[in-house]
Amino acid sequence: MININSNNILKGWDRNTIAEKIANDLPHGAYVNLGIGMPELVSQYIKDDREIIYHSENGLLGMGPSPNENEIDYDLINAGKKPVTILPGGSFCHHADSFSMIRGGHIDYCVLGAMEISVKGDLANWSTGKGIPAVGGAMDLVAGAKNVFVMTQHLTKEGKSKLVKECSLPLTGANVVSRVYSDYAVMQITDIGFKVLQLNTNITLDYLKSVTEGNVYQ
Amino acid sequence: MQINKVKEKMTDLLSDVFDGATIMVGGFGEAGSPIELLHGLIDHGAKNLTIIANNAGNGNVGLGALIGQKQVKKVICSFPRSPKGITFAEQYNKGEIELEVVPQGTLAERIRAAGAGIPGFYTATAVGTPLAEGKEEKIFNGKKYILEEALHADFALIKAEVSDRYGNLVYNKTARNFNPIMSMAAKNTLVQAKEIVQPNFTNPEQVITPGIFVQKVIEIKEPIIETIAIEEGLTYP
Repeated sequence: MININSNNILKGWDRNTIAEKIANDLPHGAYVNLGIGMPELVSQYIKDDREIIYHSENGLLGMGPSPNENEIDYDLINAGKKPVTILPGGSFCHHADSFSMIRGGHIDYCVLGAMEISVKGDLANWSTGKGIPAVGGAMDLVAGAKNVFVMTQHLTKEGKSKLVKECSLPLTGANVVSRVYSDYAVMQITDIGFKVLQLNTNITLDYLKSVTEGNVYQ
Repeated sequence: MQINKVKEKMTDLLSDVFDGATIMVGGFGEAGSPIELLHGLIDHGAKNLTIIANNAGNGNVGLGALIGQKQVKKVICSFPRSPKGITFAEQYNKGEIELEVVPQGTLAERIRAAGAGIPGFYTATAVGTPLAEGKEEKIFNGKKYILEEALHADFALIKAEVSDRYGNLVYNKTARNFNPIMSMAAKNTLVQAKEIVQPNFTNPEQVITPGIFVQKVIEIKEPIIETIAIEEGLTYP
């Protein structure tokens, strides 16, 4: 297990920069599901040269931004149960149809947070093994979406690497992650390890290797 | 004589509910959650219920209140945590209530399968995770799947926007969620609708739940809004 002294943790990209990198990699016309929390930032960085359609698990395709205070409708919420809006061209459907969009392989990209990602593409992000277990739609998303992007800090606040050989926490899915966007690097998961697509200029490949379990290569 | 599924009294709507029943509760969070029917069920008093829903209640209204009254022995859901989900958490931590956690899409599909007469199906969701333990595996085209079984219920409590006397239902925005599939999966589907209209006012092209799936309907013109009720400290009973 890699554990860096918290004084030696290097500063990487901030979360807005990571969100922008993901936004730039989503192609025009993509149907995208953004996980609750940090991944929601991605929608703020979509450039004008493309249109992205957002899906929310609770039966909403064509989700728009948060409403103004006076336009809140408690019958129009997102998967995080927060009020949202629907854009022109959007539609509603029931839960089984909404999850058919996911499980039937119609969602092009999902972006999720992570507790651990293994070099084989296993993801753990739903349970610390403690407290009341609650999974929501995470297992459906990783099993069904065509591309699973993970947006995460490379190290925990305590300096523990989230990129590991084997996940120690309960899995959300096995061999499901396509690409990891951390504050240090963008890495594709391949048959032989983490392939670095982009490296933060403050980070050397040697440092990246020192904070990542499993094969890292460029 | 005309078919008329509309009931005036909540006691007539819930008269068949029995102790030990399995009850589906529509809604995703507060949207589409039949709060008045759940309060009716508290007044009814049925005990040892198994609840199938996406969540396990928030605050002390609706499902949260029903659990608070200790009428529920088991919850089957995808996400039993809510910011104010106190009643479930308290009983779960004391070991007083059972929980079966199901991935949300698998939950929806198990309910849909029950309504469609499909006893089980294979899915890639949860393969390789703790939620696949004990489930039959099968390989199709080189990929691993697990067997999931249909989820039936004695009753479904449904919230709709509009109904007619046949029980043809229309929903409002994301309040649709689990309601249409639960209405198909239960033997008895009991509905609260904000408005009951004459049959010539329901557009056959726009009916989401055809009346064959509905047994009884009651009009609740101004249903409680959960967020506001919790903010105002409302509890039931």
